[in-house]
Amino acid sequence: MRRVILAVLVTTVGLVLLLSFKPHEITASADPPSAVSQNGSGSAGNTDASAGSTKNTGSSATSGDKVVTGDAADTRWGPVQVELVLSGGKVTNIKVLQAPDGNNRDIEINNQALPILKEEALSAQSAQIDTVSGATYTSDGYTQSLQSALDKAGL
Amino acid sequence: MRHVEHAMGTVFSFDVRHPHGTGQAVAEAVAWLHRVDGIFSTYRPDSPVSRLDRGEIGLADCPPEVADILDLCDSVAEISHGYFTVRPWGRLELSAMVKGWAIEQASLILTRSGAVNHCVNGGGDLQLTGTAAPDRPWRVGIAHPLRPGDLATVVAGCDLAVATSGTAERGPHILDPHTGRPATELASITLVGESLTMIDAYATAAFAMGGAARMWVERLEGVEAFAVTASGGTWCTSGFGGEGEAAAEFRRGAKTRP
Repeated sequence: MRRVILAVLVTTVGLVLLLSFKPHEITASADPPSAVSQNGSGSAGNTDASAGSTKNTGSSATSGDKVVTGDAADTRWGPVQVELVLSGGKVTNIKVLQAPDGNNRDIEINNQALPILKEEALSAQSAQIDTVSGATYTSDGYTQSLQSALDKAGL
Repeated sequence: MRHVEHAMGTVFSFDVRHPHGTGQAVAEAVAWLHRVDGIFSTYRPDSPVSRLDRGEIGLADCPPEVADILDLCDSVAEISHGYFTVRPWGRLELSAMVKGWAIEQASLILTRSGAVNHCVNGGGDLQLTGTAAPDRPWRVGIAHPLRPGDLATVVAGCDLAVATSGTAERGPHILDPHTGRPATELASITLVGESLTMIDAYATAAFAMGGAARMWVERLEGVEAFAVTASGGTWCTSGFGGEGEAAAEFRRGAKTRP
């Protein structure tokens, strides 16, 4: 069920981006933003939500895959937690388990950040990221999810 | 092998790219970190640095590392035109100097034991040596300070130190010593060079400088910078995108190297 929701979310965000970038070309569905095309299974050009939800399941977990859940990161915007799906030692999918949604600003950030996070982290893994440098985190905040997930995965 | 260790109020991730025989070296490096913590902790009232700060003991009574660190602080304060200071909040605070130094020393412990291909990441600042694989350099994702979980860019290299200062987790907490107020011009700045001892301290000073850090780092030999401004813009020094040890690739609008 979660994968369906994710696919619909991504498709919906894609539509929003399309509308915001091309306000006069509402029918321009053949030119999706990269956040959608990164979803991986070849249905990127399809902006029909129901079709997207069935086709986009190709990149989700199947038997033989390993799922690693990162610790919840307590960021300034609220908790963020991601889950990595590993196949043959490579990250094949990333799910956002928790994201801030407390106020309008958070929602605005989420709408921008979540599809980008998925896009960036996937492309980062395809470029074989070994570690992450970021502003100093505390023990409690080691929960910065990508590094803790990388440590757990032992990539 | 991987090892995660909580010390000095943060988390150290060891990533040693050798198939076996590195456990003892990692244990030695971990013991080193806890020894440093015991000397320099400002959270432990009985640590030598806490006692030195209260005037209970003199510098000569401290372990020799304390004088070494104070000397390093003096030189960074001079190089950074006073933007680096050991008393940002009035109390003796050496952690901005100690952490990078401790990580680099831990890395040296591993190298001396023969584990030459490794990465030591302490709270987002890291020293890495050798390569990630025989045919591949280390690749370091730079966390985006304004988009949790996102990467702003990727740095690739061998024998590299990478340090990032910013507000991502703790909010504004680095003071501009010249104004006494928190530095807010940048969201984060990442410095890349060879030695984390200096790179980490430079990153703290550069963050306090704000936009002026760009020209400052340009004049530092062997050091490059990448910054994300408070409004989300980015800039980097001239050598950051070039070839060589500090080569970096930008995730947006540029091709990714194989």
